[in-house]
Amino acid sequence: MNKNRHPSFLALSLLLTAMLAVPAMAGAPAPRDRMKVPNVVPALDPNEVAVLPVRDNLYMLTTAAGNIAVHFGVSGVMIVDSGDGTLTPKVLAAIRGLTDRPIAYIVNTSAEAEHIGGNAELARAGSPPGLPDSDPQIAHVVAHEGASIRMQKPSPDQKAIDSTGWPFVTYFVDTLELYFGGTPVQLVHVPAARTDGDSLVVFRRPDVVVTGDIFSPDRYPVIRPERGGSLKGTIDAVNRLLDLTVPEDLQEGGTLVIPGHGRLCDEGEVVEYRDMLTVIRSRISDLIAQGKTLEQVLAARPTLDYDGIYGSTQGPWTTTQFVTAVYRELAKP
Amino acid sequence: MLLNGVIRAQALRRLSALLVWSMLVPALTPAQAQVNLAGGWGFRFHEDYSDRWPGPRAGDYMGLPINDAARMAADSWNPALITMPERQCIPHPSDYGTRSPANLVWWSENDPGTQRIVAWKFRLSWMSPERTIWMDGRPHPPANARHTRQGFTTGKWVGDALVTWTTHLKLGYVKRNGVPRSDRATFSEHWMRNGPYLTLATIVYDPVYLTAPHISTETFVQDDTLQRLARPCYPTIEVPREKGVVPTTMPWANPDLRELALETGLPLSVVRGGADMTYPEYIMTLSTLPGTPPAAR
Repeated sequence: MNKNRHPSFLALSLLLTAMLAVPAMAGAPAPRDRMKVPNVVPALDPNEVAVLPVRDNLYMLTTAAGNIAVHFGVSGVMIVDSGDGTLTPKVLAAIRGLTDRPIAYIVNTSAEAEHIGGNAELARAGSPPGLPDSDPQIAHVVAHEGASIRMQKPSPDQKAIDSTGWPFVTYFVDTLELYFGGTPVQLVHVPAARTDGDSLVVFRRPDVVVTGDIFSPDRYPVIRPERGGSLKGTIDAVNRLLDLTVPEDLQEGGTLVIPGHGRLCDEGEVVEYRDMLTVIRSRISDLIAQGKTLEQVLAARPTLDYDGIYGSTQGPWTTTQFVTAVYRELAKP
Repeated sequence: MLLNGVIRAQALRRLSALLVWSMLVPALTPAQAQVNLAGGWGFRFHEDYSDRWPGPRAGDYMGLPINDAARMAADSWNPALITMPERQCIPHPSDYGTRSPANLVWWSENDPGTQRIVAWKFRLSWMSPERTIWMDGRPHPPANARHTRQGFTTGKWVGDALVTWTTHLKLGYVKRNGVPRSDRATFSEHWMRNGPYLTLATIVYDPVYLTAPHISTETFVQDDTLQRLARPCYPTIEVPREKGVVPTTMPWANPDLRELALETGLPLSVVRGGADMTYPEYIMTLSTLPGTPPAAR
């Protein structure tokens, strides 16, 4: 019996070896060169608005330009940020797919173009809270005073928006409180963060924070010192955000976080983001202390381990621009 | 005699019914449930013991198909990170949890009408994270949906193996010494039961930190004494720190990275890992490399 088995085993081994060898013989890459990953989660269409339920009557609209939060109740619709304006008809259609109530408030987390571009058109499609028959029928835009000033007096590299989209309600203290759609809504100012007009928007009953570009799980923050921003203020803002989030179980879930860009998150991603910014600050500080120039710091690639998640080699904000902004802030005497 | 005949006739009828039933049962049983996984499965550490029980050494990346970005992350990793209140109660990510000290308790969730299995679930002992493997053919969530540490998993039977696919993961690790696995990774599992043994093969694909799929295997043994455990963790201040302080080590000044090479005499390039060393022919390469000289130890 054993004598009979040996030739069969040998034949099977040769067959398996031949099967494994076929791709190599056919010119296919060797197995070690492959990272073949089935695509079971298709990318979102950049020309469409993706609607994601978040909690209660709060939804996240994802566009290529950034996220928009939509909250509604009997008194109407409150949206946070309005996109860059290129998809506004589709944003409006998405909102109408959720509710036929009028848009009462447009809250802006900053004056960045990709978050205020739809302000005017969406404001004209709404009506102010409690005044459905007022003239004109324009939703109220709400933002921090710093953002309001930058919308009205944009810097040369900022795109101006129609005055219909300028804030009607502003605040210059730490917080602004509203009650809308059955929930307290708090605007929390985070000073000198990415700019001098950033707000976190807290929906207390559904327990959701909308962060604007203070936090995104897929990119480095765009720090604009020319608009009053700083790395230090951005890190402080992310730590403030962590004060507002409470995980439910095993340090995830609980307070949900709608970022400026990318997927719906919770505290877990915010902790990673805070740690990333803090570690990069420590590394670049260390290199500066060693006397390294900007060119030497860039050559040292101090963000290499984070670049695959947050970095970019193209587009309006590259890894090089981010490292340069951090270096210049930390190298100041 | 008559009584014996009646008894024989009844026995024949029963036998016939049993035969018909035994032929019908396979047709009535849902085809998906080839193997029953329900119950307790105790971990065994005969494989990769030093990595899984005492834990890996700092700077030990041997056998991992990682790139320079992963090395830099691991070189910077500081074990004090897990004392931060935000991190104390984080369980292992799902692709690592089964390698940890983890007994498993499996159960199924069945459709109340058809009794078809909608999902297989299991809970691990350490930190009690819970996995759900959806068996009802539902799609994975969209790209903008939330990621979790256990991810979103679907499964199907391929022969007697339960084959799963997991997406929507938070940032994790492939080794407990800081070698990262990104939030863009996905992984597949093959769960194979052979009597009282349950074997798991996991294949992790990570376009950010791996240059080739990372494959690991573990074995569990049936243990009916195991129970599902509650979640026991409450974060607290273990180490007083100023707000916002994040423990880290400068990757260019980490004194621990050469320790393993110096102790074992292995070349430092071996300790640093890479896809090449996951293939058998690496033995040939290894024999040509100079070891870490004794003088340096």
